[in-house]
Amino acid sequence: MTVADVAFYCFSTVTVAAGLMMTVSRNPVHSVLWLILAFLSSAGLFVLLGAEFVAMLLIIVYVGAVAVLFLFVVMMLDIDFAELKGEMAKYMPLALLVGVVILIQIGLGIGAWVEADGKMGLRAAVAPDAAQVENTRALGLLIYDKYIYLFQASGLILLVAMIGAIVLTLRHRSGLKRQDILQQMYRDPAKAMELVDVKPGQGL
Amino acid sequence: MATIILFAPLLGAIICGFFWTLIGEKAGQIIATGLIFLAALLSWIIFLGDIPETGHVTILRWIESGSLSIDWGIRLDRLTAIMLVVINTVSALVHLYSFGYMAHDENWGESEPYRARFFAYLSFFTFTMLALVTSDNLVQMFFGWEGVGVASYLLIGFYYRKPTANAAAIKAFVVNRVGDFGFALGIFGLFFLTDSVRFDDVFAAAPALATTEISFLWMNLNAANLIGVLLFIGAMGKSAQLFLHTWLPDAMEGPTPVSALIHAATMVTAGVFLVCRMSPVYEYAPDAKTMIVVVGASTAFFAATVGLVQNDIKRVIAYSTCSQLGYMFVAAGCGVYSVAMFHLFTHAFFKAMLFLGAGSVIHAMHHEQDLRNYGGLRKKIPLTFYAMLIGTLAITGVGIPLTHIGFAGFLSKDAVIETAFVGSQYAFWLLVVAALMTSFYSWRLMFMTFWGTPRGDHHTHEHAHESPMTMLVPLGALALGAVFSGMIWYNVFFGYEDKMRAWFGMEAAAHHEVATEDHAATETAAPAETATATDTHGAAEASAAATPEAAAPHGAVPSGGIYLAADNTMIHAAHDVPNWVKVSPFVAMILGLALAWLFYIRRPDLPGKLAAQQRPLYLFLLNKWYFDEIYAFLIVGPAQWLGRLFWKRGDGDVIDGSINGVAMGIIPFFTRLAGRAQSGYLFHYAFAMVLGIAALITMMTLFGGAQ
Amino acid sequence: MLQSDLATVLPELILAIYAMGALMFGVSSGKDQTTGTLTWATAGMFVALALWIGFGNAGDRSAFGGMFTDDNFARFAKITILLSAAAVLLISQDYMARRDLARFEYPVLVSLSVIGMMMMVSAGDLMALYMGLELQSLALYVVAALRRDSARSTEAGLKYFVLGALSSGLLLYGASLTYGYAGTTLFSGILSTVNEEVPLGLLFGLVFMLAGLAFKVSAAPFHMWTPDVYEGSPTPVTAFFATAPKVAAMALIARLAYDAFGGIPDDWSQVLSALAVLSMFWGALAAIGQRDIKRLMAYSSIAHMGFALVGLAAGTAEGVQAMLIYMAIYVAMNVGTFAFILSMERDGKPVTDIASLNMYSRTDPMKALAMLVLLFSLAGVPPMLGFFGKFYVFRAAVDADMAWLALAGAVASVIGAYYYLRVVFYMYFGTEGDRLDSRMAPAQWLALVAVAAAMLLGIINLFGIESAAALAAESLVR
Repeated sequence: MTVADVAFYCFSTVTVAAGLMMTVSRNPVHSVLWLILAFLSSAGLFVLLGAEFVAMLLIIVYVGAVAVLFLFVVMMLDIDFAELKGEMAKYMPLALLVGVVILIQIGLGIGAWVEADGKMGLRAAVAPDAAQVENTRALGLLIYDKYIYLFQASGLILLVAMIGAIVLTLRHRSGLKRQDILQQMYRDPAKAMELVDVKPGQGL
Repeated sequence: MATIILFAPLLGAIICGFFWTLIGEKAGQIIATGLIFLAALLSWIIFLGDIPETGHVTILRWIESGSLSIDWGIRLDRLTAIMLVVINTVSALVHLYSFGYMAHDENWGESEPYRARFFAYLSFFTFTMLALVTSDNLVQMFFGWEGVGVASYLLIGFYYRKPTANAAAIKAFVVNRVGDFGFALGIFGLFFLTDSVRFDDVFAAAPALATTEISFLWMNLNAANLIGVLLFIGAMGKSAQLFLHTWLPDAMEGPTPVSALIHAATMVTAGVFLVCRMSPVYEYAPDAKTMIVVVGASTAFFAATVGLVQNDIKRVIAYSTCSQLGYMFVAAGCGVYSVAMFHLFTHAFFKAMLFLGAGSVIHAMHHEQDLRNYGGLRKKIPLTFYAMLIGTLAITGVGIPLTHIGFAGFLSKDAVIETAFVGSQYAFWLLVVAALMTSFYSWRLMFMTFWGTPRGDHHTHEHAHESPMTMLVPLGALALGAVFSGMIWYNVFFGYEDKMRAWFGMEAAAHHEVATEDHAATETAAPAETATATDTHGAAEASAAATPEAAAPHGAVPSGGIYLAADNTMIHAAHDVPNWVKVSPFVAMILGLALAWLFYIRRPDLPGKLAAQQRPLYLFLLNKWYFDEIYAFLIVGPAQWLGRLFWKRGDGDVIDGSINGVAMGIIPFFTRLAGRAQSGYLFHYAFAMVLGIAALITMMTLFGGAQ
Repeated sequence: MLQSDLATVLPELILAIYAMGALMFGVSSGKDQTTGTLTWATAGMFVALALWIGFGNAGDRSAFGGMFTDDNFARFAKITILLSAAAVLLISQDYMARRDLARFEYPVLVSLSVIGMMMMVSAGDLMALYMGLELQSLALYVVAALRRDSARSTEAGLKYFVLGALSSGLLLYGASLTYGYAGTTLFSGILSTVNEEVPLGLLFGLVFMLAGLAFKVSAAPFHMWTPDVYEGSPTPVTAFFATAPKVAAMALIARLAYDAFGGIPDDWSQVLSALAVLSMFWGALAAIGQRDIKRLMAYSSIAHMGFALVGLAAGTAEGVQAMLIYMAIYVAMNVGTFAFILSMERDGKPVTDIASLNMYSRTDPMKALAMLVLLFSLAGVPPMLGFFGKFYVFRAAVDADMAWLALAGAVASVIGAYYYLRVVFYMYFGTEGDRLDSRMAPAQWLALVAVAAAMLLGIINLFGIESAAALAAESLVR
């Protein structure tokens, strides 16, 4: 067993365990923390695969941004998870049974796993040779050239997400005071204010 | 022209049936009648003209399904032409007659219209009957077959306020179903064996059928015989042959013109027509033919015995019809189809005339139908009397023996009996006895009606009156047919085989001369040895089969209206029967006349005494051999029990119960279940999806992929 | 290379540019005042694109290394999607304006969603499939919650989103299993590796992907979201849900089944027939208890998807043709029916209770008659077109030796006829009650009457759909 193998088993065990803990932990904040652990160990797995760019992305984007955002949201929302869990606990036996059934079957499937004959050839036909180009460049070639169609489609999806977020949250309430820069800039002091000489002891 | 003949009655039926409210009842009647007369005129033109061997007119493509291809077509040959003449002539005359007969009907109120309906039914019947006889395939024929059944049902039940009329209509329909079942099976069988229902194809395949065996259950049956028997069962139903005859006497509940048209002249002869039409098949089905002869002869005898004691004027004639149909079947079963058609042809005239005459009597007697209440009507309704007299002379077969001069029935019936003598001794003796009884009951009817002293209601007799011209003219026209139709067409139907063959459009039979001489020789050598007649016939058969050209080439369509196998020498044999055979029906007729005269003119007390003395026999005959009672016990009872079982238990409890149970119990249960599943909780929904996935992958594990 | 690729995706490209342009226009000009203009413009755009695709050069093309396929099948589906989306936009315009829902983003989101659908039906790659699907779904999640002040609408959007995420998860899991087996996400590559002998794992992948897609067509047991979302969403959005996305998802299932898994038809046919039977019966049974016409239509669409799946499950070109015909007829019927539902209101307020239709035939015999025709057609009563749709799928099933499936379908359609006929009963024989307003926007009236007339007149030659669908099926099933 080489060092890489040891590292692989470590990371993968941690990933699975963290995933499990994330779902079962009672405190949502803990869940998010477990999720971060899962992300981190997955990043380790990516490194082992030689995909260091993806590994870094995972850490920067998911751990650094998404998970932290999650953390904030979870902290801000007041959700009584215990109550929800209590409701769901009624279905626990049945759910367990179904879960076990699915697990056994997937175990069967994985146990009898076979790969297609031409699999490696098909894979190699898509990706640039890792020995020739470095990781980041290879990704760039794929994303911006070969998979331009998918890339643009993702752009559209993000556009939809943006529109959706605005449509569902942006409100134009009347009677609210808003900042209008131009209006501020174009205000004429002469019109905007009036200097009044107030004598002591008198009201306005 | 044939197309016009076929569709003119339909047009008449539609106009009269549906549009009489627009054009008036009278106009509807006149249009229907006029169109039938047109058809009748065209029929005579065709009949008297030159007929091609087998003419085909395709009107429309009807059914296309796989190899089943049926055209609506007209097959025009001599056989069709004969039927066209019979149907259209009788129908036209009956239409005309009905103007008078149906003018005032006590079954209907003043304001109730019924005449147009009656005429529409009559015309509709005529159309379906024409469709039957002009058909060039079995399915179209079956259409006509069922169409006449419907028309018959409608007309028997025309007085639908009378329970007896409704019962009779249902009985006629149901009994005919039995026969139709056989007919339908026959059609299926032919389609199964020959892959076609067109007559041309079926006939071409007939020789092959004769050598085909069909396995059914444990039996091995000869295909031709099986088909022949099945088709004959259909014919038995329609033609009221023994065992399926019970509906015909009851059918007399219908108006008398209907009895004349449907239950005497045309529809009931459809069975005979079917056998003649299928002659190419029957020629290869000896066993089926034997069965036809036996059933036909038995019916002729049975019906005649029952006819002896009936008191209802129409029932007497009905049994007479039944009996005469038996004659026709004997002739057909013996293989002399032309004689069967000959008797059918003449019978149509004199029997229609008897019925219309009886109708005239009934009309005169204010719908009194019991013979015992008649008597002495000769003076009151002389024209009807003469008509009936001619009819009776025709049916009893009056003529000059050993010549070809006589009334229509004389020639045709003698031809049948001579044929029967050659074909089957059993049939011959039964037919001669039946001829005696025919003569007896026909004259009994005449004597009780027209001679003697008036019996029954005095008032009715006072007011008895001659029928109007519209009723008498048809009688006169039919009288012409009853007198002359036999003498005119004797030769082409029976007299000379060559003429007959030419007339029917068949190929001339050169080799027959040899076989016939051979046969004649054996026949003259042993004129009186009747027992060996069949043997000699068999010998002739063998010799004919030995001649090389005798065997019909397989696959060739026989031309002409009927077909005689190469070894069929019945006609010649029938010509050469001994003189005593030829005279025997005449003697029987004279004996019957003498007996009737003795019983009803000379010693009117004799019948009563005889009936008292032979009480069991009398009752046996009066109750028609107890056929109805036996059927009621054996078939009707169990069938009703079974029907009630299916209705109450099967239909009511099982089917209604399960449908209602499903519709009102199980489905709402599932609906509630589905409603509860739709709880609105997200995790329920997600859980349902997970369950679905679990089920699907379990299914895949168990049944998917290579497994 | 790129140029020909772009030429192939030109309709999608134009629509995307149009969507972005419309967004810019809406934002920078009158905002919600431009909604009417934008709606009509979008509908016009859809129709123009449909015509262009329909009359453009035919021929099988693919772009981006096989990730995008443009063939007769895709074109048939795209035209159906575009026309139905246009029709739904037009019939809902009046409703949106009067119910204070006229947000200019709505037509933009609909066009983006339509782009997603067009990408779906043209997908030639698992990733392209997923991208199209998500683009379509995300827009739908948003429009479902469009009435953001209504708890039901928000709930509908959220439910749809969460369950949609779950289904996406299933789909992705299935896709990764497939990739793990085949080593490629291209359909053509999968097709070349998947044939007779396949491992259980791949079959699981297939099942998971079909389950994810079944969610989109709301086939039982992945249909649970449908009634709630249909009921909660604004009615125009419901009308949209019931039409174009169903066609797209159904076409996508067909594409996945034939283009990627054409080597193992028996396996997916098994899964699809199970889904079909469940959907047909669930849709028919659960609808019986419904009083809300929108929920009723939800169950109706579940059942109809079951019938369409019967055609697919047959696994023959005839079956695909039947499915396409069925979907086209189904979409038309739904446009007509929703045009009517959109117009149902009393005292200016929308109502969806079917009891409010009591004696509607008195108020408005013409509309009642049109609805009668539509409901009969939905129930599959001959001689309406709906019957022929069912007839085609059942015949396809019988011809593929799956007579039991056709039989089950016939039984389910008999059960289902109950609730359609009940609406007819209310309209013609119900008890007298408060009447509905007889007001109806011209576009709605036109759609209702035109579709009803089409249901009757279409029996002559199905408007040529049959041959077009045959061509489409031919290009898919090779």
